[in-house]
Amino acid sequence: MILIHCPYCDEKRAELEFAYAGQAHIARPADPSALSDEEWEHYLFIRANPRGRHHERWRHIHGCGRFFNAVRDTVTDKFETTYKAGEPRK
Amino acid sequence: MTGYRLPMGGRVNRQTQLAFRFDGATYAGFEGDTLASALLANGVQLFGRSFKYHRPRGLLGAGSEEPNALISVTRGPGRFTPNLRATSIDLYDGLEASSQNRWPSLKFDLGAINDRLGMFFPAGFYNKTFMWPRSFWEKLYEPAIRRMAGLGHPPTEEDPDHYAATYAHCDVLIIGAGPAGIDAALEAASGNGRVILIDEQDELGGGALSDPALWPWLDRSVKALAASPNVTVLTRTTAFGYFHDNFIGAVERLTDHLADVPHGPREKLWRIRAGEVILAQGAIERPLVFDGNDTPGVMLASAARVFALRFGVAVGRSIALMASHDSGWHDIFALAKTGVGIAAIVDVRDAVSPDLLAQAEALGIPVHLGHSVIGVRGRLGVKAISIARNGGTGVADLACDALLMAGGWTLTVHLWSHSKGTLAWRDDLGAYVPDQPNENVRCVGACAGAWSFGDGAVIDILPTPKDPTRAKAFVDFQNDVTAKDIKLAVREGFRSIEHIKRYTTNGMATDQGKTSNLNGLQIASTALNRPVADIGLTTFRPPYTPQTFGALAGHAKGPLFQPTRKTNIDSWAEENGAVFELVAQWRRARYFPKAGEDMHAAVNRECRMVRSSVGIFDASTLGKIEVVGPDAAEFLNRMYTNPWKALEPGRCRYGLLLKEDGFITDDGVSARLAADRFHLTTTTGGAARVLNMMEDYLQTEWPDLNVWLTSTTEQYAVIALQGPNARKVLEPLVEGIDLSAEAFPHMAVREGTICGIPTRLFRVSFTGELGFEINVPSAYGRALWERIMAEGARFDITPYGTEAMHVLRAEKGFIIVGQDTDGTVTPQDAGLDWAIGKKKPDFVGKRSLARPDIVAPGRKHLVGLLTEDPNVVLEEGAQIVADPNQPVPMTMIGHVTSSYWSEALGRSIAMALVVDGQNRMGQSLFIPMPGQTHVAKVSSMVFYDAEGARLNV
Repeated sequence: MILIHCPYCDEKRAELEFAYAGQAHIARPADPSALSDEEWEHYLFIRANPRGRHHERWRHIHGCGRFFNAVRDTVTDKFETTYKAGEPRK
Repeated sequence: MTGYRLPMGGRVNRQTQLAFRFDGATYAGFEGDTLASALLANGVQLFGRSFKYHRPRGLLGAGSEEPNALISVTRGPGRFTPNLRATSIDLYDGLEASSQNRWPSLKFDLGAINDRLGMFFPAGFYNKTFMWPRSFWEKLYEPAIRRMAGLGHPPTEEDPDHYAATYAHCDVLIIGAGPAGIDAALEAASGNGRVILIDEQDELGGGALSDPALWPWLDRSVKALAASPNVTVLTRTTAFGYFHDNFIGAVERLTDHLADVPHGPREKLWRIRAGEVILAQGAIERPLVFDGNDTPGVMLASAARVFALRFGVAVGRSIALMASHDSGWHDIFALAKTGVGIAAIVDVRDAVSPDLLAQAEALGIPVHLGHSVIGVRGRLGVKAISIARNGGTGVADLACDALLMAGGWTLTVHLWSHSKGTLAWRDDLGAYVPDQPNENVRCVGACAGAWSFGDGAVIDILPTPKDPTRAKAFVDFQNDVTAKDIKLAVREGFRSIEHIKRYTTNGMATDQGKTSNLNGLQIASTALNRPVADIGLTTFRPPYTPQTFGALAGHAKGPLFQPTRKTNIDSWAEENGAVFELVAQWRRARYFPKAGEDMHAAVNRECRMVRSSVGIFDASTLGKIEVVGPDAAEFLNRMYTNPWKALEPGRCRYGLLLKEDGFITDDGVSARLAADRFHLTTTTGGAARVLNMMEDYLQTEWPDLNVWLTSTTEQYAVIALQGPNARKVLEPLVEGIDLSAEAFPHMAVREGTICGIPTRLFRVSFTGELGFEINVPSAYGRALWERIMAEGARFDITPYGTEAMHVLRAEKGFIIVGQDTDGTVTPQDAGLDWAIGKKKPDFVGKRSLARPDIVAPGRKHLVGLLTEDPNVVLEEGAQIVADPNQPVPMTMIGHVTSSYWSEALGRSIAMALVVDGQNRMGQSLFIPMPGQTHVAKVSSMVFYDAEGARLNV
């Protein structure tokens, strides 16, 4: 069971306190109606599937309840870093 | 009958004799014995029958690596455990054990015919033979194979034991308490950190337990560890898996070694998080591969040493050794010194160190260098062996009653591999050793390769002048895999060791290849003519040894498998005979049968009473979210399809929630209590999901909105009062709220008190009747329910359950998200266009409603279905076709989502998702069911009171 550092609690806690929440840094378009079908499809469905560093969102659902961002290596399953929502991509 | 108890020696307590039974016969052993050592001491050599060929098998090892001697132990009803290794069963008085996979008896087993037919059972036999016809597999082949092949039987009764679990944290965790592990623990104990030392055996010591010279050191060390306050020592504990971030799973066996089962858990699951892990798991001796190497009485040299020096049991009276490694010589010398007769030492090597030869000579042991065993005589036990000079044809027979194998050592790197540490091949050891760690872990002692194993040659198969295709030279004893099976796999084109493993099943038995992996690898390497390091190694996975399901499940079984959520009113329902159903984790009353009523009679009565007088329903499980803040209306406006900003305080609105892909995910009626406060409701099962979704948007997409979300599901008890007399029941109880139709219209909310309890009173209806939903603080739920029951008695007020609720809502065409929708249904598909705020520039999912697939014709629509025969209630989930005469497989155009007997209409009603349904009104469709095809007409979903006259009263 992985230990995950919550950037809000500033503590490493067990994985079972957290929930995965998909790829990070995909902002909802400010005006979806202005998007073409292809652009909207890209926003909705197209996701990265890297072998290695992956930017993803987690929620400390059984803790402080906050969503945050993380960089995790999909090969080793190790977390490189976690940071607060809204902070620039690491 | 060859093994016997030595007159002295060993760590067993010869003062305490224990009686036990094996296959119905009574034997005696000593305290400190394992079942294996005690049976050996009684001359028992035959322990079981092999998996596939039913060959007679004895002990191969002395520890948890044992592949052959799998035993069932029974301790009374429900306490039956199959597939235990005799070498790991601690003896206790009254132990009741039996052998497995034999019929009618261990010595005379009819299944052994498989052995005579062995030439017909090569690698991949089952895959090749039983592929066709497919229908024969389940009915004929599989049951027959399962009877003939296999291990112990599963228990037939429920396990009465319970199993504990605990979390532990330490600075240093040491796994394995042989000399290396004990040294590491003593060193760690001298610091301040918390230390845990675990070992799978009944006492600490590992290999030192079979080396009397180390016993004084062992005694001192065990006492020192026991005296260290920062050290926890766990014996009879198996570290079965190594998981991320130094998280180790271990099972401690608490009672299986005791004659009387005490009150308390049988086993304890330890979940240990360690700062550093030190692996000291040692090494396992490797068998040699030659014809007849599985005959009872052929075993590892190290095992014979353990039986003699730890348990005081000789495995034979005239013992021979087949070695490719020095360690076997040392074992034979140690045995000779206990007074056991030694027949000969055979070594495949042409030369060994002069020191070994001198010791053999001094002990009077004949030595045959450059020779190999090429056959074993005796079926149920060794009678003699045949040996031949390597490359020669001359054969000599040697009489003996036990043959030891010393094929070198395989390091125990299982947990290291679980932790994703890398391995490196060492030619000199003929073994993989730990290389780069992936966690804060290191290996010490034999499992690190840092041990004096002595010299040895790495041999895949012993040389033989006999026809190798007729040899039964076993590699994997538990799965009956021979050398020629592996060679066959290579001939048939398998190149990867992972594929060879799966094709031959080498290393796939419950012992996980502890004694077979490296021999299999060596044979494949020779056959492929590639170095071992190029072929790789199969993956080790937890568990290290088999563990009970009980230990892994712990208390999470039966009623404790998952929490059962109950409302404050649940106890009333139970006392009044409700039949319950689970909705998500909630226990809900399904119906309230009166004496003599079946479900249909009860539900019909409940429906009748709601439509004719008044019904009362526990709606407390509805998800509830309090949305507060100056931007609350703006937030809901962005989340839901409907407009919220213009909703006046005191009014309610049906809200429809989509996901960003445009599909319906939840719905519910919500009320505006004040400019900055909403009381949301969600579906019973969707509450947590909706709150998570709303938090996501609030925290990450619109953090500028000043809104707070609070789950209040469990803070309110909700009583739905529905029916034409609902207002009359409520009027005398409510204070400070004008209930008149003019002052309190449908879809309004008021705050006041009821029976003195503060309430949020909703005028809403999920039945189509005049209705109220009374929200009060949870703790008052049952008290208020009983007051309303008393007040409603004059109207014959009737409690109704979820089943009647379903019927009543279906009569009105109200959908249930998750039943009538399935995550692919848009508002248009469900006929809910009216709930979409047309003027809103954006809401979650809006853009997707213009996606090409969603505006394309031919989507499935939710519609009503009325069967031609009004008495036929369709099955929910039944498939719908347009033409019942088309050939099979038919084109299915939809399915029934809801279907009930409607008491109000005196006929059946149904809802269905049908391709282009809204354009098929009045059309007849067909529902083929076994034995009969039903006909139904497409209709509106609103079956009852379409104009809503009953609501607005």
